[in-house]
Amino acid sequence: MENLIALLVAAPLAGAALLLCGGRRLDRAGHWIGTLLALGSFALAVPLFTELLGRDAEHRTLHQHLFSWIPVGGFQADVAFQLDQLSMTFVLLITGVGSLIHIYSIGYMEHDERRRRFFGYLNLFLAAMLLLVLADNYLLLYVGWEGVGLASYLLIGFWQHKPSAATAAKKAFLVNRVGDVGLSIAIMLMFTTFGTFAFGPVLGAAGETSEGKLTAIGVMLLLAACGKSAQVPLQSWLGDAMEGPTPVSALIHAATMVTAGVYLITRSGAIFNGAPDAQTAVVVVGAVTLLFGAIVGCAKDDIKKALAGSTMSQIGYMILAAGLGPIGYAFAIMHLVTHGFFKAGLFLGAGSVMHGMNDEVDMRRYGGLRKYMPVTFITFGLGYLAIIGFPGLSGFFSKDKIIEAAFAKGGTEGWILGGAALLGAAITAFYMTRVMLMTFFGEERWRKAPTPSPAEPSVEPAAETRGEYTPPHPHESPRSMTIPMILLAVGSVFAGGLFSINEAFVTWLEPVTSVDHGHPPLSASAITTATIVVMVLGVGLACLQYGRKPVPAVAPRGSLLTRAARRDLLQDDFNHVVLVRGGGELTRALVQLDHSVVDGAVNGTAASMGGLSGRLRQAQNGFARSYAVQMLGGAAVLIAVTLLMRGV
Amino acid sequence: MSFPLLTATAAVPAIGAIATAAVPAARRTAAKWLALLFSLATLVLAAVVAVRFEAGAKGPFQLTESHSWIRDFGVRYELGVDGIAVALIALTALLIPFVILAGWHDADPLEAPAPNRRWRPTQGFFALILAVEAMVVISFEATDVFLFYLFFEAMLIPMYFLIGGFGDRAGADGEERSAKLRSQAAVKFLLYNLAGGLIMLAAVIGLYAATADQLGSGTFSLTEIVQARADGKLELGTGTERLLFLGFFFAFAVKAPLWPLHTWLPGAMGESTAPVAVLITAVVDKVGTFAMLRFCLQLFPEASSWATPVILVLALISILYGALLAVGQRDIKRLVAYASISHFGFIIMGIFAMTSQGQGGATLYMVNHGISTAALMLVAGFLISRRGSRLIADYGGVQKVAPVLAGTFLVGGLATLSLPGLAPFVSEFLVLVGTFSRYPAVGIVATVGIVLAALYVLVLYQRTMTGPVKAEVRTMPDLKARELAVVAPLIALLLFLGVYPKPLTDLVNPAVDHTLSVVDRHDPRPDVAVKADAEAAK
Amino acid sequence: MNPVNYLYLAALLFTIGAAGVLIRRNAIVVFMCIELMLNACNLAFVVFSRMHGNLDGQIIAFFTMVVAAAEVVVGLAIIVSIFRTRHTASVDDASLMKL
Repeated sequence: MENLIALLVAAPLAGAALLLCGGRRLDRAGHWIGTLLALGSFALAVPLFTELLGRDAEHRTLHQHLFSWIPVGGFQADVAFQLDQLSMTFVLLITGVGSLIHIYSIGYMEHDERRRRFFGYLNLFLAAMLLLVLADNYLLLYVGWEGVGLASYLLIGFWQHKPSAATAAKKAFLVNRVGDVGLSIAIMLMFTTFGTFAFGPVLGAAGETSEGKLTAIGVMLLLAACGKSAQVPLQSWLGDAMEGPTPVSALIHAATMVTAGVYLITRSGAIFNGAPDAQTAVVVVGAVTLLFGAIVGCAKDDIKKALAGSTMSQIGYMILAAGLGPIGYAFAIMHLVTHGFFKAGLFLGAGSVMHGMNDEVDMRRYGGLRKYMPVTFITFGLGYLAIIGFPGLSGFFSKDKIIEAAFAKGGTEGWILGGAALLGAAITAFYMTRVMLMTFFGEERWRKAPTPSPAEPSVEPAAETRGEYTPPHPHESPRSMTIPMILLAVGSVFAGGLFSINEAFVTWLEPVTSVDHGHPPLSASAITTATIVVMVLGVGLACLQYGRKPVPAVAPRGSLLTRAARRDLLQDDFNHVVLVRGGGELTRALVQLDHSVVDGAVNGTAASMGGLSGRLRQAQNGFARSYAVQMLGGAAVLIAVTLLMRGV
Repeated sequence: MSFPLLTATAAVPAIGAIATAAVPAARRTAAKWLALLFSLATLVLAAVVAVRFEAGAKGPFQLTESHSWIRDFGVRYELGVDGIAVALIALTALLIPFVILAGWHDADPLEAPAPNRRWRPTQGFFALILAVEAMVVISFEATDVFLFYLFFEAMLIPMYFLIGGFGDRAGADGEERSAKLRSQAAVKFLLYNLAGGLIMLAAVIGLYAATADQLGSGTFSLTEIVQARADGKLELGTGTERLLFLGFFFAFAVKAPLWPLHTWLPGAMGESTAPVAVLITAVVDKVGTFAMLRFCLQLFPEASSWATPVILVLALISILYGALLAVGQRDIKRLVAYASISHFGFIIMGIFAMTSQGQGGATLYMVNHGISTAALMLVAGFLISRRGSRLIADYGGVQKVAPVLAGTFLVGGLATLSLPGLAPFVSEFLVLVGTFSRYPAVGIVATVGIVLAALYVLVLYQRTMTGPVKAEVRTMPDLKARELAVVAPLIALLLFLGVYPKPLTDLVNPAVDHTLSVVDRHDPRPDVAVKADAEAAK
Repeated sequence: MNPVNYLYLAALLFTIGAAGVLIRRNAIVVFMCIELMLNACNLAFVVFSRMHGNLDGQIIAFFTMVVAAAEVVVGLAIIVSIFRTRHTASVDDASLMKL
């Protein structure tokens, strides 16, 4: 059974190799090959899952050692896999949601001439992501970690002819690289501290070293998680990443890749448990991001960017939970899985809307679409109810637990974190209701020609503004797109409840993450009530603002906060001024320095040699008698020196 | 007497050079095939060397040959290889056929040659490449300091003609101006390296004088000197040893090149054709870093330790400075050149970290950097030959018209930024870990280079390959079969060595352990083990 | 007689020759002065040979004479050809020794 683990990774990897090197011959069958291999990986995951279920809780870890990868002295890196409950959860999520999105993409990318390549990249992503969660050591995890970064780069920039897409792809890779530096330093620290970086020995020996070392490793792991999971301060790439095709946003930038940071922190639980300072850093990052993302989500008019803000915020919840230690790990992962369902569903719904609306993304150009796209409306609506935590749906179970765990942290800290989480829940309800209302309800704003908006100069004035305007014909998407949406909606509705029966999910993860229930200062039911109340408040507020009044087709100027939130709370402006412009000045100055000082010194030496020899050349005037004088003088000097030396 | 395998490996390309040069003016194609044939024969011999070499066998050097040469001065014709040398010989022999194939049309004369002209640029081009190969190979093999020095310097001559004599077909500023720039770059290359070599010559003579003084008869033999030093028969004073070390190191640092002695490289790589640029950075420069490992460390262990802090700082500056300058370049080839300066910083840092991971990683880095730069630079050369411009701003949207070219360019770029899964990642990570375990601060600062590498590679890719298709590149053809035959094996090799570098590490590890034992440095032990030891001692 | 006196004579002759080379412009005279210097050297060699009691100096003197003869042949030929083309034998008119 163990030997199947490698095949999990190998199947999509083979697909990627085949599709990317296969050439035009595979153009017609490419998407089928890609989808089949993704499904094949899922089909392999299921028997492995039943195998694990069949064992008793303590023996649910499978190992597969393939070969020794980099053996140099004490540095022994192996290509070896470890499948335990945590990895298994991820494998099922990745291959399951991944397969659905492959199917969805068949329809979504139907008219793209580079569809084969798209599926090649998707398969590459699956392989890298599976490698990330199946690796049994941090270095192999790092391979998957950068592999998903590469796939994300390729897919965000899939429409490379658009400069904005190419820039967004580059930005995503670079910001991720900053996080990767954290991961590589963490691995180096592990090597110098423990002499190894395999999960078993490192996590087993975490208690034997000083807290300072563990804190350093923890903070570096947090930096890595921030990069990959778009957490403050490395969150700026996620909004731009929406330049990629929508299935990519659903799979990579909502359901799987961006949650890798949560996996990393949960997996390294033993390290964080021994480093309270690092844990504090984690919860602070999580709490700040969950509010940051939510605020940004409120202000965006681009449906995908609003959802991206939401993703950021929801991952903030997970990071927060993971930072709480054993009281939170299991709930972080549970929220991760439910979020995987409903956020992927929401993104696919957004893609379906765009598909029917000539790729329009501005929600101010939507409205009243529920009549034209019933399936999309219902699935999107179920996802919406799940994310705001409507009682009984997935998000309710998982988010409520995280808020409880935040309060259970205890002391002032617990109150602050719990308060932040509650506030986040309210804002989530607000912005998701806003998205829902602007898209599916209200006036059909797309019937009228768009007016150029002064507030948002980034929106390109469409060609139609000048000629006569032909409104789009909203229509339901083909079945290959709606079926995945329906399946994900089913997951969004039932997954949370299913996981919560007898705490099945927590019990399943317990051997890996260890579970501690903590002592919340309030009773569980009080917190649940509070969660529902703030959710209703958020929804109500949004209904007042967007349901009762017509939505202006042009974004109003808005308050200072709204304007800042539209610009991602000025993070990008900061990046632009400090990093882009500052870095540009620095490199220009260095180029100048290299030319004039470093190379100048060399050239200066050469020039002064040239000058000196020019001077000396004048002594050679060609007149025999001046040569004779020089000779005589030379001879005299030689004789004098000889005599003097003798004298000495 | 056994077959002199090492001599043969160097002699075959040398004979090939003469044979190629002798091909009549009109038979240009024959000369190309002849050169390719000889380079392939060398590759076969290098493979035999690699097979015959037994990693982990006793003694520092294997397949040794030793003959008296200039008896009065104790100069011997001594050859021998350790794992590091085998790896680098294999790299050289592997890259030369690709260099020849990639430069297939680079030296074709513009107009048909007149009947009686003795002007044979094509023959010369390929003969010079083979001559460089022969000299590089023998430099890797020589265990006699004088013999090494001789070829270390002699390879400048064919390189000078390759840089100065052959350039890109069309420059933006016209033929005359680019010819002038080219000859300037060639002269700078020659003088800079000669200056380094001269200082080394002084140190070589100094070393000889010391041996002649203390051992009775002077010798240049590496093994004898190392043995004598280990036995305490040869005592260099601290000051003398440091001076001699600096003399050697200066020459190697120019060749490598290390900041601030790097300024000849961008010019030489920028002005020469892509295959020659590959020859410079992937093959010839490796002699410099190789010689640091073989000569600097083994001949002068104490001085090496003494100089380590300064060298590490210079290497660190190289890494960051090269990367930052690469970001600021407007010329594709100069960008690759500055990227190479950054990578050489990593190699030198790994060597002087004095850990098995650092030095093993540095050796792997030499091999991997050779392959990755060759892939990137040769594809860049194909790109440049299509458009006739080296300026990044002249390109845009190439991936739409030439997807295979863009794809291979991206893979070469990703290798340059050390993406895991490709070979350079293995070596870069080893160097970083090796440095970090002894000098944590240096290791941490060096990781910033990872981010900068991503920046310059992706900016280059974005500006040339993505975006709207520029009018001038609209008709650009994709890679031809010959070009694909150059790039595809290199990429396959990058993938293979990234996934399974074990053959290489097995080859290199014993040699690195030997070097470290000569220097008398040992890997730092992990904290937990140290703690456990301390507790056990209680 | 003390052989050292011959050395003084040689030195004197050499000085005269050197001064002649430096001061006179006529190529023929310069040439003769060079010969004078050579002969001064010859004299010194012979004297040293005598003083040290071996034949080395005398042998070198013979060599010098042979070389001097050869030089005269070449040198005169050059002077004659310069004189033919330029109609002067002044050494300051021609700076032919540089390109």
